[in-house]
Amino acid sequence: MSAESVRIAYFTIVTKEVTRFLRIWQQTLLPPVITTSLYFVIFGNLIGPRIGDMEGFRYIDFIVPGLILMAVITNSYANVSSSFFSAKFQRSIEEIQVSPTPEWVILLGYVTGGMARGLLVGVVVSVVAMLFSGLTVHSFPVMLSVILLTAMLFALGGFLNGLFARKFDDVSIVPTFILTPLTYLGGVFYSINLLPPFWQAVSHGNPILYMINGFRYGFLGISDIDLGLSYAIIIAFAVALFWINLRLLKTGYGIRT
Amino acid sequence: MTHALSVENLEKKYANGLLALKGISLAVEEGDFFALLGRNGAGKSTAIGIICGLVNKTAGSVRIFDVDIDEDFPRARSLLGVVPQEFNFSVFETPLQIVMNQAGYYGIPRRVAEERAERYLAQLDLWDKRNGVSRELSGGMKRRLMIARALMHEPRLLILDEPTAGVDIEIRRSMWEFLRRINEQGTSIILTTHYLEEAESLCRNIAIIEAGEVVENTSTRQLLSTLQREVYILDLEDPLTELPEFGRGRWRLTGPTTLEVDISREQGLNGVFRQLNANAIRVQSMRNKSNRLEQLFLDRVDRRGTE
Ligand SMILES: Nc1ncnc2c1ncn2[C@@H]1O[C@H](COP(=O)(O)OP(=O)(O)OP(=O)(O)O)[C@@H](O)[C@H]1O
Ligand SMILES: [Mg+2]
Repeated sequence: MSAESVRIAYFTIVTKEVTRFLRIWQQTLLPPVITTSLYFVIFGNLIGPRIGDMEGFRYIDFIVPGLILMAVITNSYANVSSSFFSAKFQRSIEEIQVSPTPEWVILLGYVTGGMARGLLVGVVVSVVAMLFSGLTVHSFPVMLSVILLTAMLFALGGFLNGLFARKFDDVSIVPTFILTPLTYLGGVFYSINLLPPFWQAVSHGNPILYMINGFRYGFLGISDIDLGLSYAIIIAFAVALFWINLRLLKTGYGIRT
Repeated sequence: MTHALSVENLEKKYANGLLALKGISLAVEEGDFFALLGRNGAGKSTAIGIICGLVNKTAGSVRIFDVDIDEDFPRARSLLGVVPQEFNFSVFETPLQIVMNQAGYYGIPRRVAEERAERYLAQLDLWDKRNGVSRELSGGMKRRLMIARALMHEPRLLILDEPTAGVDIEIRRSMWEFLRRINEQGTSIILTTHYLEEAESLCRNIAIIEAGEVVENTSTRQLLSTLQREVYILDLEDPLTELPEFGRGRWRLTGPTTLEVDISREQGLNGVFRQLNANAIRVQSMRNKSNRLEQLFLDRVDRRGTE
């Protein structure tokens, strides 16, 4: 395929993905906004003032970056895993499979679609957050790069999930049993400095900790973790996932018999 | 002569161990209208799946207009259009979105795609439905949508897997007309079907696959001439109590007013009516009992048995 054809194929997939989640916005955009707003109300207005400061910031200000990132993670992941799985399930994935579109373009197209939903939700949630906290940005480049990389990483994760999924339940297992716990334990609601040394060490094994801290640094300028390490870990995971997905796509895992 | 499709020793063993294709070889000439016949489970869709890249082959080679799918799959794919047996589009998208997206996957610029979408959706009688949800199309419309979709990149070879399954007779005939026209305009066509009259009316050449092997590969004319016998059912005006004397052998009385008769090609129907007239048996109506395609398969198996 010529570069121009590749560009057209890529934008076709992206547009289709974006159209899909906008069409069903009640399932894709509304729920995260409602959930996150509830967190803001409960922790910002009701409980937050009683907790006091965290690492020198008002509690609501401390948790906002983590909550935004959590929404981005969940939505990037869910968009790709459910869209790709349902394309497999309806067999409409065959439309792309029989075409000359290269595998890497298929992967990038779906991942971009997932990132688009993650980021859109992120923006909406951020706007809502401004009603509750004085959302200030310490470093715009850090904030933006961390959120982009994280959205990409989890979109890639969602793709892998979609490839492996054989039934609809398989799409919700990973978010429920792995992603959500890791996010909660990754320091959305607390600084790991509050934990005893042993649990601090354990927390360092959680990749989401690095993302939340990187993102929080972008807003507040504080982090439990070295920023360079955060980038290294996110990028390493993203590269690995990209490579695994591409291998599986080329061999036809889950989509060719 | 260029081959639109050339398949050599194609073998497929599914993960469950089933050997669906046992090394088939086929060649379809450019411009041909070719039928692939075979009973349920013979391996037709498996072969098509391999050709269009939805099924991994176990062994063998496939070339589309001399492009080996292992060497340059993107190029081979752009020469090929497929209409699968099962519906495989997103039911939440509209027909227009479906064909436009398909063009996009082939890297076709939007402006060109829009023209083609209008042309093919109109030719397949779907233009009025272009903005409806495709879930709400009837079965026949869904099939035509898949044909329009397969034509968006104007392939030189079009493969249709049972395109007329579940399509009423009127629409079937208009689909035949349509396919004949694009074949005349130069598109090579391969189709699978369970209707012999479809292959008979459209196709110049026929291959039969049976249990993963090509057991017949010849011209339609040649193949039909081997159709050795047909069974006819006669509805009689007056009941018979027993089979008339002349009827030994190839006649059967299956009900008081129904007779069945085996007729071979050499015999023709005149002799049958002569015998009926001579015995004053009046026939109200007559119809073909067997599915002629089924008969063709049976004949072939018979012949093989005696070979
Ligand atoms: N994914 C699969 N896994 C295992 N076996 C399969 C698979 N798909 C098809 N088969 C088997 O392979 C054989 C050939 O099937 P195929 O679909 O190619 O037949 P067909 O000639 O297209 O039949 P039909 O006329 O019913 O469409 C059948 O025995 C079928 O059960
Ligand atoms: Mg089939």
